[in-house]
Amino acid sequence: MEMLRFATAGSVDDGKSTLIGRLLLETKQIFEDQLEAVERTSQDRGFDYTNLALLTDGLRSEREQGITIDVAYRYFATPRRKFIIADTPGHTQYTRNMVTGASTADLALVLIDARKGVLEQSRRHSVIASLLRVNHLVLCVNKMDLVDFDEERFEEICAEFSEFAGKLDIDDLTFIPVSALNGDNIVTHSPNTPWYEGSTLLHHLEHVYTGSDRNFIDARFPVQYVIRPMSHDYHDYRGYAGEVASGTFRPGDEVLVLPSGFTSRIAGIDMYEESLSEAFPPMSVSIRLEDEIDISRGDMICRPNNLPTTTQDVDAMVCWFNERPLQEGNIYSIKHTSRSVRAKVSTLNYRLNVNTLHREEGQSKLEMNEIGRISLRTTAPLFVDEYRRNRTTGSLIIIDEATSETVGAAMVLGTAATP
Amino acid sequence: MATQLSNLAELEAESIHIFREVAAEFERPVLLFSGGKDSAVMLRLAEKAFWPARIPFSLMHVDTGHNFDEVLDYRDRRVSELGVTLVVASVQESIDAGRVVEETGPRASRNRLQTTTLLDAITSNRFDAVFGGGRRDEEKARAKERVFSFRDEFGQWDPKNQRPELWNLYNGRHKQGEHIRIFPLSNWTELDIWQYVADDKVELPSIYYAHQREVFERDGMLIAVNPFVTIADDEVVETRTVRFRTVGDASCTGAVESGATTVEEVILEVAAARITERGATRADDRISEAGMEDRKREGYF
Repeated sequence: MEMLRFATAGSVDDGKSTLIGRLLLETKQIFEDQLEAVERTSQDRGFDYTNLALLTDGLRSEREQGITIDVAYRYFATPRRKFIIADTPGHTQYTRNMVTGASTADLALVLIDARKGVLEQSRRHSVIASLLRVNHLVLCVNKMDLVDFDEERFEEICAEFSEFAGKLDIDDLTFIPVSALNGDNIVTHSPNTPWYEGSTLLHHLEHVYTGSDRNFIDARFPVQYVIRPMSHDYHDYRGYAGEVASGTFRPGDEVLVLPSGFTSRIAGIDMYEESLSEAFPPMSVSIRLEDEIDISRGDMICRPNNLPTTTQDVDAMVCWFNERPLQEGNIYSIKHTSRSVRAKVSTLNYRLNVNTLHREEGQSKLEMNEIGRISLRTTAPLFVDEYRRNRTTGSLIIIDEATSETVGAAMVLGTAATP
Repeated sequence: MATQLSNLAELEAESIHIFREVAAEFERPVLLFSGGKDSAVMLRLAEKAFWPARIPFSLMHVDTGHNFDEVLDYRDRRVSELGVTLVVASVQESIDAGRVVEETGPRASRNRLQTTTLLDAITSNRFDAVFGGGRRDEEKARAKERVFSFRDEFGQWDPKNQRPELWNLYNGRHKQGEHIRIFPLSNWTELDIWQYVADDKVELPSIYYAHQREVFERDGMLIAVNPFVTIADDEVVETRTVRFRTVGDASCTGAVESGATTVEEVILEVAAARITERGATRADDRISEAGMEDRKREGYF
């Protein structure tokens, strides 16, 4: 069985929580005690129907305010796939949560209220999905029951959204007319939309092909930890442990280690007691080399003829998470693969208006939930690839050294010109 | 060339990555080990993460004093097999030292007292990273938990002010006296755990499989007769064939009627279950709609 991670975005008004509640209910992930609790609460609050949204609101303050504040993770499975949902709130002030949810997602599910059409919010969600390189986007046109399952209305929304999505970097775009409240086209084809010939939402989620989304070309292995048992049985064992970021590795492969530039061959790839004939992402393995060379955490094992860019000047799109704004000249701590360095923000090039895609230049700072393009100067070289080519070696997080908080996340565009 | 990992292989790889990240970045990690199935799987993953070296941190059992003998036997056996150090943090000692006051009455539980014992042990041992077996599918407050979850100097969790967590880049920075809870099983479900137990032949304490036991019914749960519970006059003791879905304090962990004696039979049962494992078998989680959130804020597992 395979796994699919997807992010959902939208607000309570879109019916996003109801949609997730519906998916969980129809795939029998909702247990009797959970459903009873929700039915009880719905009745207590005087709702006409069981509010499935209550299934997904976890924190006390969320239940009190009726909104989703944070990313919540949900799980369900069908015989075909296991699904992990990163359920994120949709309001502007929660852009950072959507970015968080999208960072690990294979697919993004965006909801549109059929009565309201494509709103600013739907556009923002699509921009974020595209920035985070979520390759598959599903647009659920919800509340079709409230527009009499009108085909024309559905087509109108699809056309409007397609025009906007044309400006974005999205490989695969799918539209589905649904009613989350009543279950139309969620698991079974709705008799109310005989004109719709596409898949139901669940069928699409079960069958969407994600096999080619990972990078199997550029061999990158960030060394996470060096295993040296120093025991009698494994006296000379030295394994470089880590998760394959991209590409494939096989015993016998010639490799080059950054930053030293030393070359060697792979003697073996271990996964517990098993010796593997190949390793590919996202496997966590331990690589042994033929030669004894000095390698430590933060180094990267690659192939000599295919190397990442070694740079101290990184050009990146950043999403800011913190109340204390990003400013030119500020110094932060950076975590990139297994490497930690310090970095100065050398330039803030522009702020991206996520609703219009306009580049707003001449900004002195980037506030919480804003996205912009920056150049970073790091204290030591990083080994990077462009984020759109490699989600692992192209991503980094920014940490405030005073508060230890994660204040930003960045997607690498390339090397910045040295200022 | 197969290029798509199975669901379990992907979860395993993710957990191993988390273990190694912690071993590389923290000075004194510790793994909470209750002897339950989640901590058994967690320990197995830790074993794999560092093979052929030993697990580079110790284990800690927060011992309420209300244990099932089978679980203690199992704990001690695993500890000696792996050659790791076991720290036992005793709730009884916290009571004797006047750090906490034992609840009274027939429904008294030591569940909440464990938090103080746990936090005291983290402080006195100067642990800076604490692995827990919590899963996001267990409960709705847990669904919002980070993999690296920050705890302040009082051990408190602030769910509204959590660090954003992206890709597989974890932020473990903290000051002295603060610590990070680590949840390597965040993305596993109960069924994933059982399937892994089956595939990987992970040994579990025998009480997870069907056996005959003296039980009585309380609040719709079957509680095992043991020295730590007071049986009311109207509660009827009878011998039934049961198994446990979770392992916690013997005074408040319920059994379910089951004939599942093998892991395959348990999987069939779990797949068909209509009630969550905590809802079915944990009196401690039934306190209120926000029971878990409140306890977690205070520093609970």
